[in-house]
Amino acid sequence: EGHKMERYPISIVDFARVKTPFIIGIWILSASIAKIGFHMTPKLHLIFPESCLLIVVGVVIGVVLYFCTDVAVSPLTPNTFFFYMLPPIILDAGYFMPNRLFFDNLGTILLMAVVGTIFNIATIGGSLYACGVMGIYGEGETPGLMDVFLFASLISAVDPVAVLAVFEEIHVNEILYIVVFGESLLNDAVTVVMYHMMESYNEIGLDKIIAQDIASGVGSFFVVALGGTAIGIIWGFLTGLVTRFTDHVRVIEPIFIFVMAYLAYLNAEIFHMSGILAITFCGITMKNYVESNISQKSHTTVKYALKMLSSSAETIIFMFLGVATVNNKHVWNTWFVVLTIAFCSVFRVIGVIWLSALANRFRLHKLSRVDQFVMSYGGLRGAVAFALVLLVDENVVKQKNMFVTTTIAVIYFTVFLQGITIKPLVKILNVKRANKRKPTMNERIHERFMDHLMAGIEDIVGKTGNYNVRDKFKRFDNRFIRPLLIRDLKGAEPKIIETYSKLTMRDAMEVMRRNPSTI
Amino acid sequence: MGNKSSLFLRNEEIAQIQEETGFTPNQIERLFSRFTSLDRNDCGTLSREDLMRIPELAINPLCERIVHSFFAESNDDRVNFRQFMNVLAHFRPLRDNKQSKLNSREEKLKFAFKMYDLDDDGVISRDELLSILHMMVGANISQDQLVSIAERTILEADLCCQGKISFEDFCKALDRTDVDQKMSIRFLN
Repeated sequence: EGHKMERYPISIVDFARVKTPFIIGIWILSASIAKIGFHMTPKLHLIFPESCLLIVVGVVIGVVLYFCTDVAVSPLTPNTFFFYMLPPIILDAGYFMPNRLFFDNLGTILLMAVVGTIFNIATIGGSLYACGVMGIYGEGETPGLMDVFLFASLISAVDPVAVLAVFEEIHVNEILYIVVFGESLLNDAVTVVMYHMMESYNEIGLDKIIAQDIASGVGSFFVVALGGTAIGIIWGFLTGLVTRFTDHVRVIEPIFIFVMAYLAYLNAEIFHMSGILAITFCGITMKNYVESNISQKSHTTVKYALKMLSSSAETIIFMFLGVATVNNKHVWNTWFVVLTIAFCSVFRVIGVIWLSALANRFRLHKLSRVDQFVMSYGGLRGAVAFALVLLVDENVVKQKNMFVTTTIAVIYFTVFLQGITIKPLVKILNVKRANKRKPTMNERIHERFMDHLMAGIEDIVGKTGNYNVRDKFKRFDNRFIRPLLIRDLKGAEPKIIETYSKLTMRDAMEVMRRNPSTI
Repeated sequence: MGNKSSLFLRNEEIAQIQEETGFTPNQIERLFSRFTSLDRNDCGTLSREDLMRIPELAINPLCERIVHSFFAESNDDRVNFRQFMNVLAHFRPLRDNKQSKLNSREEKLKFAFKMYDLDDDGVISRDELLSILHMMVGANISQDQLVSIAERTILEADLCCQGKISFEDFCKALDRTDVDQKMSIRFLN
C-alpha cells in the first residue's frame, strides 16, 4: 500500500503483476512469428536450416536488448532448459520413435553413444590439455587437467535437439537417421555421468582422488543409464495401465501421457539419473499400449500437442541461444576456440570410422563410407552443451567464461557450417533418402510373415539374433503384458488389424468425398 | 553312440557346397555341426521331426510351413546336408561379395511365395492366404474379419483381376520392401 487511494481510478497500469508470464508469452509469440517469416520468405528456408535462422533472430533480439536495457538478459538458464524445454522435445522423439528400427540398430547406437562419447571425451580432453601444457593458450588462461576434462565431457556429446532440427529437414535414409539420432539420445547417460564425475573430482582435488572414486565413477555410469531406463519403462507401463481405465473420461487421456512422461523425467532427475533416457524409454514403452487404449481423437490430440510443444521448445531454445550469445562476459581465446573446434571435428571423424569398422563386423547391413561421412558430419553440438557449461561453478573453475564462449563458438560452427552444408552434401554424395509412406495391406502381412520365417530360420541355424529376440519378446508381451495393460485385446497381430481398419477408413472417406450426396 | 565316421565333411564336399551356395568353408563347418546336432539318429539326414523338436521353432506360428519348406525339394521326406545348405543359402545377405544364384531378391521372394502357395499352382488363393493369416493372427479374431482382411489383401495386389495373387503380383506388392534386409541373416563365421 504505497500510496493512498483518493478516488476510484478509471484504470491502472500494473505490469509487475503479469511480468513473467507476459514476457514468456512474448518470447513464444516472437519465436513463432519468426518461424512463419522464414517459411514465407522464398528460398531462405531452402538454403538455411531453421535452427540457423532462429539463432540469428536471437542474436538480433539480444543486441537490441543489450543496447536498450542496462541489464544483461539471458533467458536460457539451465533450469528452464532442463525442466521445461528439453522434456517435450525428447518425449516427442521417444514417443514417435520407430521402435523396430531403433532396436534393430541398438548395438551400433550403443557403441556410438557409449564408447564413441567416452572416446571423444578422452581424446578431446587429452589433446586440449596437452596443448595447454605447451602453453599455447597463454599465461593464466591455461585450465587445469580436471577443468579441461569437465569441458570435454560437455562438448563431446552430440546434441539431440540440434540433430533432430537438422535431420528432420534433410530426410536421409532411416538407418542413418536412427543411428545418429539414437546416439544423440543415448549418449546423455555418458554425458551426465562424466560431467558429474569431473565436477566432483574437481571439488575433491586432483591429488586426493583415490581408486575408489574412479571405481564409483564407472559404477555410477551403469546406475545412471540403467536406472534412468528402468524408471522410464516403469512409468511407461504405468501409463499403459492407467489408460486402460480412461474409456469413460476420454478428455483426460492426453494428460496422462504428458504428465506421466514428465514425472518419469523428473523422477530420474531426483536421483541424478539420466532424465533423457527415462523419458525416451517411457515414450517408447507407453506407445505400445497407450495407442490401443485411447480413442482416435485423443491420439490425434497427443500427436499434435507433442509436435507443437516440441517444435516450440526447439524454436525457443535456438532463439535463446542467440540471445545468450550477446553478453558482456565473453573471454575469447583464439587458440582454445580453434583447437576445440578442430579436435571436436577430427576426433568425431576418427571415432566414427573406427567404431563403424567395429560395428560392420557384426552388422548385416554395413555402414558405407558415405554413411560414415554423414554420421560424423551430423554430429552437431547444441543447447545441452550450452546449458551444461552454464551450470559450471565459477568459483571452482576459473576459466568458466572462456568455456562458455568456446561452447558457443562450437555450437555456431556445427549448427551453421555443418547444418547449412549437410543438405547439399547429402545431395552430392547421393545418400539414400527416406521414403515414408504408410504400409499397404500386402506389405504389412508379408513383412510380418517374413519376420516369423526369419525367426524360424534363426532357430534352425541355432543363432540368437534380432528376429529371435523380438519373437521371444512379442510372445511374452502378448501372453503376459498386453492382457494386463490393454482394455480389449485384438488378437496377436494388432498391427495387421490396425492397418486394415486404417485402409478401410481411408476408402470410406474417399467414397464419401466422391459422393457427397450419400451422406 | 553311432558310427560317426560317415558324418565328417570331406573337402570336396565343402568345395562343392561352397560353389553352390556361396557360404565360406567356416560357415559350412559351423552349420554342419549344427546339422549333426539336430540329427538325432546320426544317419546323415534330417526328418521333419528332427526340426520340429527345436523348442523355439515349435511355438513359431509358421513352424509347420517353415519345416515344410526344407523338404520341398526332397522326395523321401528326409533332407541331407546339401539340401539343407541350399535352403539356408536363400538367407545369405545379398551384399556379401560372393554372389550366388540362390540369394538374389527374386529367389528370396520366390522362397516366401512358395511358403504361401501350398498346392504349388503358382498363385496364392484366398484360402491359402487365409490359412497363413489364421496362423499369424491367432484365435482372438473372428473368421469374418480375417476373410475381409484376406480379400482386401488380394484385391490390393491382384493386377490381373483373377482373385488370386500370382508371383508377379507378389513381387510388385513388395516393390518398396527391402527384401534383402528383411530376409537375410548374418551367418556366423
